[in-house]
Amino acid sequence: MSTKVHKSKGVDIQRRKILTGATGVVGAAGATFLAVPFVSSWQPSEKAKAAGAPVDVDISQLQPGQMLTVSWRGKPVWVVRRTPEMLEKLPILDAQLRDPASQQSEQPVYCQNETRAINPEYLVVVGICTHLGCAPLYRPAIGSPDVGADWQGGFFCPCHGSRFDLAGRVFQSVPAPTNLEIPPHHFMTEHLIRIGEDPQKEGVA
Amino acid sequence: MSIKHSADQAPEQKKGSLLGWLDRRYPIVSTWNEHVGEYYAPKNFNFWYFFGSLALLVLVNQFITGIWLTMSYKPSAAEAFNSIEYIMRDVEWGWLIRYMHSTGASAFFIVIYLHMLRGLLYGSYKEPRELVWLLGMFLFLVLMAEAFMGYLLPWGQMSYWGAQVIISLFGAIPVVGPDLALWVRGDFVISDATLNRFFALHVIALPLVLLILVFMHIVALHKVGSNNPDGIEIKKYKNEAGLPIDGIPFHPYYSVKDSMGAVFFMVLFAFVVFYWPEGGGYFLEPPNFEPADPLKTPAHIAPVWYFTPFYAILRAVPDKFLGVVAMGGAIAVLFAMPWLDRCKVKSIRYRGASYKILLTMFVVSFVVLGYLGTQPATPELTKLAQLFTALYFGFFFLLPFTSVLEKTKPVPERVK
Repeated sequence: MSTKVHKSKGVDIQRRKILTGATGVVGAAGATFLAVPFVSSWQPSEKAKAAGAPVDVDISQLQPGQMLTVSWRGKPVWVVRRTPEMLEKLPILDAQLRDPASQQSEQPVYCQNETRAINPEYLVVVGICTHLGCAPLYRPAIGSPDVGADWQGGFFCPCHGSRFDLAGRVFQSVPAPTNLEIPPHHFMTEHLIRIGEDPQKEGVA
Repeated sequence: MSIKHSADQAPEQKKGSLLGWLDRRYPIVSTWNEHVGEYYAPKNFNFWYFFGSLALLVLVNQFITGIWLTMSYKPSAAEAFNSIEYIMRDVEWGWLIRYMHSTGASAFFIVIYLHMLRGLLYGSYKEPRELVWLLGMFLFLVLMAEAFMGYLLPWGQMSYWGAQVIISLFGAIPVVGPDLALWVRGDFVISDATLNRFFALHVIALPLVLLILVFMHIVALHKVGSNNPDGIEIKKYKNEAGLPIDGIPFHPYYSVKDSMGAVFFMVLFAFVVFYWPEGGGYFLEPPNFEPADPLKTPAHIAPVWYFTPFYAILRAVPDKFLGVVAMGGAIAVLFAMPWLDRCKVKSIRYRGASYKILLTMFVVSFVVLGYLGTQPATPELTKLAQLFTALYFGFFFLLPFTSVLEKTKPVPERVK
């Protein structure tokens, strides 16, 4: 059917096409802009963003081998006081780990070392499994049957069976891809750790 | 039963009747006849055909009990857990309404899984019913989202950590993942913001989508007509009036049959609600009787039973991203059923041994994975989960080949 036929019936298809096209383009642009507030409204609110203040932890009561948990930005952060025996075993495990030197993992530069700590005695680590966000369990005992007979102590995630050593380094062939995250932190005094803030260099933050 | 006098045929006859008055303003008679009174369904429906109407019944139960629950529930992290306890202890009959809703969720999935298995048994996804199947799969997907979001609302330990795990799944997507998970949560952890938006989605957005999809599912079904246990197209043989010889009108035949099924189902349902509402820790999990604690994951977490087959597949893959891909794929591959199965014969009654073996293997894998998903992830059980994950996908992988080579039996022309 030609345009002429339509015109004779009083319908100008060409005209409708232009109008439909113009309306469509303007409408789509409008809809795109309108989507912005609706999509953005799901982002963390200003209140949620502001709730990330640093936390101070007093570790004077922490005994060797003990762990304490504090809440920072709503996440669990562990402070583990490692014994010399625990620290000795860390390098032995390197061959069984996915990222022994923490090259693919998240930590501040000052913790990208063998013990993943500022002071090797104290491990400060975010207690959230890098797999799907469960809080792993602290399993310092050696050779627990449910986590493996050659278990040297570490963290075990009950949700999906991921295992980490006592420096939060992930073992091979478990679902977690990277080592546990180390948060920014520094020692205010010998027994006071501030979590959520990098160390000050000569008085400058 | 059809209503004989339609508005177009004899409008004068109905002057003065209320039905006539209404029908001249709204297509009551024609709609009734098309979908109920003169909807001809095959006369050989069996037990498996109860589950479609039962799914509708459970949907109504969820809507009504859900509306009543919102009247006493508080969607805030500070109050949610206590408001559930308030409903259970202080609200008149609150415990019953809550147990009807929580048991209803499990009942919904029992009914839906059996409804889907019926489709696999009798080839209900095959031409010309591909769209019925696809709409059904979308319903299944939305139902899973609805159930997942509903499970966060009591703000118990399992609510919290279940949601933490599932939302973290988005984080496994390369590049955009972490930002996407943050966007879904609306906070750096699961928080009040997450709970509040899940409440909005659970009580408004997703129920609306469900309702629209159910409507489309039924419209699509009534356009092509119901399949049956013999997999025969009853529209092939029609009488002088143009009605399928092997069909009977939905009302009164199947309306009465389905009502009986509904009453029988409700008796069973009442037994569970009154005597076994926690379903042995599978319908309501023990850690959910503790308030959510963001610093401590329960020693053993497992999703509610209806998600465990997919959860077991997720855990079986020792790679974060590929695990998520496998879990998503386990659901996505079901969408492709109408095209993976290339056998012309619909019903399992007339299909070859290969389909019977494969389908058995699939059902067994699904059940075993469902069990494994409830258990802790020990190395031995993970090995087992890997085996059954392979069998689960094996069904979909082998089907396109075996369904072509299959030795089928002759399909009868007519329903006996």
